[in-house]
Amino acid sequence: MPKAENICKSFHDKAVLKNFTYEFPEGRITALVGQSGCGKTTLLSIMMGLIKADSGTLIGFDKPISAVFQEDRLCENLTVSANIRLVTGKRFTKTEIEKELCAVGLDGCAEKPVRELSGGMKRRTAIVRAMLADSEILFFDEPFKGLDSDTKRVVIEYVRQKSEGRTVIFVTHDMEECEMLAEETVQLAEN
Amino acid sequence: MKKALITAAGILFWLIVWQIAAVAVNSRILLVSPIDVIVRLAELVVTADFWGSVLFSAARIMLGFFLGLVAGTALAVLSGKFRVIRVIFSPLISAMKSIPVASFTILALFWISSENLSVLVTFLICTPIVCSNMQAGIDSLDPKLEEMSKVFKIPAWRRFSGVYLSQLMPHFRSASALAIGLSWKSGAAAEVIGIPNGSIGEKLFMSKIYLETADLFAWTAAVILLSLLCEKLFLLLVGLLQKKIERM
Repeated sequence: MPKAENICKSFHDKAVLKNFTYEFPEGRITALVGQSGCGKTTLLSIMMGLIKADSGTLIGFDKPISAVFQEDRLCENLTVSANIRLVTGKRFTKTEIEKELCAVGLDGCAEKPVRELSGGMKRRTAIVRAMLADSEILFFDEPFKGLDSDTKRVVIEYVRQKSEGRTVIFVTHDMEECEMLAEETVQLAEN
Repeated sequence: MKKALITAAGILFWLIVWQIAAVAVNSRILLVSPIDVIVRLAELVVTADFWGSVLFSAARIMLGFFLGLVAGTALAVLSGKFRVIRVIFSPLISAMKSIPVASFTILALFWISSENLSVLVTFLICTPIVCSNMQAGIDSLDPKLEEMSKVFKIPAWRRFSGVYLSQLMPHFRSASALAIGLSWKSGAAAEVIGIPNGSIGEKLFMSKIYLETADLFAWTAAVILLSLLCEKLFLLLVGLLQKKIERM
């Protein structure tokens, strides 16, 4: 099971994380909740290997990972399907990608350049990309930000189906999202 | 279609202005009419000499352009990667952008034969333009996409084409468009100064010597058309490559 032990991180002498310890249950969806600035995104970045913790140990995070970042981080000049193929390679056919996009309401968008999509459509593209990537651990940082409530419900259901058997760690401060998706909840205290 | 009609209307407007001016000046030495130019160009294009000159100049100017494209891109990539290279080459690139074509040409005549002058001059003109544009592109690369590539462990080639090339292609496209136009301008100017045998520059020079204004205009029109043709063809190829990258 992926485990974070005594993770500490400070920025300019301000402690953001103090001895965070948690064992994430394998194959389950865990929500990291807490006030803005309590270190949720920092913790996620540490677990993804993007920033280094000042101290502490990470165990079991050396598996293939995928992510939905706080920003979409899509290649604006590439089409939607090209953005997905960028991470999946040729594991999925054009029809299979189109089917996945349809599942989140992006019908007919596969060959559109990302720069022509709305914010919500970009968000859904980033989610489909993360779900189709060959990964065992998925990190989601406020994945449903900017989606209207109906779309959010559809996308949450899609994420739930697609993440079966995979470990999902997601950051949110929306309790409704947490209730709809999370199987475990970790409350991060403000430092 | 509508855009093409608007462009055609614009061209027609200036041809009419030109025709009126030629009639008003009423001197075939000072200003020939567009009809005279078209007639003279039609006479020239059926001669082997015309195509010989076109081939001579086009081959050299385009060679200089391609070399400039490669050197400018390579220099921009190296400058993006190594700060010391940027520091060293930055003043040189700025100087190259401001040095007049005539100065380059006269200096180059000390080093090489007039035959290959346009290759060198075009290369010297293109390199800084391409380098500056590509450098701007490299500077604007999104570091967050680099992080995304690391997280998803995107293989090197896919990362290169999908993440980097897709962001740089618009800069490469505008650099190429700008450089091609300037290549023909500077290449023809260099040939007029160096007067290599059988070049378009030589024909332009001769038309001045013999006061053949219709020839001067006809050869100038040929340069404009060749420049446009090269630009359209090259940008078509770049566009196809860009589409291929965008769709992966």
